[in-house]
Amino acid sequence: MSGTAGRAWSGREASELSVEGVVGGELGPDDIRISPETLRHQADLARAHGNPQLAANFERAAELTGFEESEILALYELLRPGRTSAEQLRARADELEARSAPICAAFVREAATVYERTGLTA
Amino acid sequence: MADGIGRVRFMDAQRVNLDGFATEDAPLGMIAYDSPADPAPSLVVRDGRVVEMDGRAEADFDSIDEFIARHGLDLDVAGEAMALDDLAYARMLVDPSVPRAELVRLAAGMTPAKLAAPLGLLRPAELMIAMTKVRARRTPSNQAHVTNRLDDPLLLAADAATAAAFGFRELETTVPVLDDAPSNALAVTLGSVVGAAGVLVQCSVEEALELELGMRGFVSYAETVSLYGTHEVFVDGDDTPWSKALLASAYASRGVKMRVTSGGGAEALMGGAQGYSMFYLEARCVALARAIGAQGVQNGGIDSASVAASVPKGVRSLTAENLMVMLRNLESCSGNDALMSESEMRRTARTLPTLLAGSDFICSGFGSIQRFDNMFGPSNLNAEDIDDFLAIQRDWGVDGGLRTADTAELEHLRRRAAQVARDVYAWFGLADYTDQQVELAVDAAGSKDLGATDTLAVLNAAHTIKTSGLTGLDVVSALEQCGYPDEARRLLDMLAARVSGDYLQTAAIFDEQMNVLSLVTDPNDYLGPGTGYEPTAGRQAEIDAIRQQRSVDDLRRAQDDPEEFARFAVVGQASAGTAAGEVVIGLSPAVGRAISRTLSGLTVSEALAEVLAGLEEEGCTARLVRINDSIDLGSIGLKAARLAGSGIGIGLQAKGTALIHRRDLSPLANLELYSVAPTIGRADYRLLGVNAGRHAKGATPDPARNPYSDEAIEARYHTRVVALVAIERSLTTGGGPEELRWKGER
Repeated sequence: MSGTAGRAWSGREASELSVEGVVGGELGPDDIRISPETLRHQADLARAHGNPQLAANFERAAELTGFEESEILALYELLRPGRTSAEQLRARADELEARSAPICAAFVREAATVYERTGLTA
Repeated sequence: MADGIGRVRFMDAQRVNLDGFATEDAPLGMIAYDSPADPAPSLVVRDGRVVEMDGRAEADFDSIDEFIARHGLDLDVAGEAMALDDLAYARMLVDPSVPRAELVRLAAGMTPAKLAAPLGLLRPAELMIAMTKVRARRTPSNQAHVTNRLDDPLLLAADAATAAAFGFRELETTVPVLDDAPSNALAVTLGSVVGAAGVLVQCSVEEALELELGMRGFVSYAETVSLYGTHEVFVDGDDTPWSKALLASAYASRGVKMRVTSGGGAEALMGGAQGYSMFYLEARCVALARAIGAQGVQNGGIDSASVAASVPKGVRSLTAENLMVMLRNLESCSGNDALMSESEMRRTARTLPTLLAGSDFICSGFGSIQRFDNMFGPSNLNAEDIDDFLAIQRDWGVDGGLRTADTAELEHLRRRAAQVARDVYAWFGLADYTDQQVELAVDAAGSKDLGATDTLAVLNAAHTIKTSGLTGLDVVSALEQCGYPDEARRLLDMLAARVSGDYLQTAAIFDEQMNVLSLVTDPNDYLGPGTGYEPTAGRQAEIDAIRQQRSVDDLRRAQDDPEEFARFAVVGQASAGTAAGEVVIGLSPAVGRAISRTLSGLTVSEALAEVLAGLEEEGCTARLVRINDSIDLGSIGLKAARLAGSGIGIGLQAKGTALIHRRDLSPLANLELYSVAPTIGRADYRLLGVNAGRHAKGATPDPARNPYSDEAIEARYHTRVVALVAIERSLTTGGGPEELRWKGER
């Protein structure tokens, strides 16, 4: 077993989660939210098991843990075909960079270049 | 006069001829393998950058090529992998001395066309061996569809609990009415935690809504993230490789498992195959799935399974698609979901190789509900087929992920699931359901059994869930406060699993103790006979003990009928008679002792009464003699004949088989044989008596003919025959024949 049942986003140990805590209101969404450290650990595991692409996905995900769900949905929407210009994609990449998401930033910049060439920009 | 000949009209009327069969048409993409347009494999790497792939230069890459070239290939092994002879790699796939890890390592350096080539060389049995070796998870599993036409939450919950009880470890729901989605997700999740611990749940809807349901904790995995093999069809699907990859990361960022969906024939169905073969386009999808960082793929036809199945070798290519996923080191959710034929044989033949070889998920959606309630459309296997599937698992001794559910336990789970759903819906003020509605859902075999339901109530419930900001944690709290602590714990365990992220790894499922089984924790270690997955003794017992199996003791109890046995009384030792019109009826050892009914369901007395009536019609007299030293019907009949004044005897076994014999014949030669006991009714026994009487008088009998029948009589009765014969044999004493008196009604 990988034994990575570590701490949630909130810092609480997964083993501390109890139904009583939920009912009593002491536990909230951040107590069942994965942390970036855990995702990076899972990325290491994936790489060790022959799947660097799954690892890269977890590393992108680690950066996204700090983003609101609505922000992630908005970023997804922006990357769908014909939604925006390459310039706007690059501007969004700069924002990601500024919010400690350099891997996602590079990913969006790459998309901007390909979208321009293959007709996927607005 | 009708057209043609009767033999072909008869063949035309068979169900398989409702299926569509297409002539190969490469320009339309209606070709399984090797279209003229498919590129030869190639890979050119300059300064660590792919500048040509599968015959296309970098400047001409479409979005799919670009993503695979930048993210999907292990360039460190590409040189070695691309130089490998296709036949050499194909042979490695079936060679037990080549481990999975080596095959996966090499595949990582292969372009789509390069990996497609050796898989196209594998014959069906070779595909199966390779699947057994290369699938990611050691323990096979199965996924169910749980839906209904009315989106009724009580029935969804009861059916989700039922699916979990049958052993499904992933449940997929969807909606006929999109706005109902949050309610369906909640209802199936509630039912799943009643049915078993550790069952994963998804709700297949539009990408953004599915993601939201996952993030809020109403579902625990996602699958409806579709990939296509051409840029145009991909964009028609309103996505790009980058948006799909971002979606994969979005799920992972909340600790939620996801896989993608593709499948041969999808592009041809959408008119966008561009002349490529189905298998080559799927090779692009699978390479892309790996490139975007998905842990698994649902493929093997899926919605377009019947398109692939309409062309030569199409079904073979569906299985090869699954194997390709495994070789990309991903979880295979192996199709077998869309009903691909009206023919029972074709749809079985499509699924059997997957079941026998084993896969991470044998079906990417076994319809656990009836066909008409499957809102994905009927699956290749449905509630109608669960018992068939369980029997096939048992026949071959393989683990297809399912088990028999005890009927009383099933009723208990369905009631509890429907009550949980009612109570939780009431707790949140979503809807009010009555006791009567709960009971209808418990008993229902499908939504047709629910009577009139209020579908607007479902819509209102779904709207409230969506807008109120309810989360999975709120549901845990509601379960606890409604008095369902076990279910509250199970749901919390599923939510807490997001924290460790262990179930994000390839091919992860939970067992019922909440252990994660995945490529990491339960890796497939097959290396030929004697290695790899073997069911534990406990699991084997689950596979073997289907609810229909019966022992000799079960049958002995069913045959125990003291009232019937009391009709036969022993008078004394039998002796030979002399009256000219006398026929002796020889009975087998178990008559009057242990076997009360023939295989056609008559009591032995009812059969005997008809025989005696027939003899009486012909003016003959009869004596009854039990033969105690043989269970062989010929011998019983012959011994009876030798005791008869007329020299004509009748042999009657307790199970109903009968014959007419004459004293001067050899045991196996007889005058008339009534051999198919399950079909011998009262009229036949009457005719037997009449004909025996005619033989005794020297008159001409009207021989009996076998009835028209297309039933699997032997399959239905042979196990009972084995038990009945064992009972007869246990009563064979070796003593002489006994004269019996029979006190039946005439």
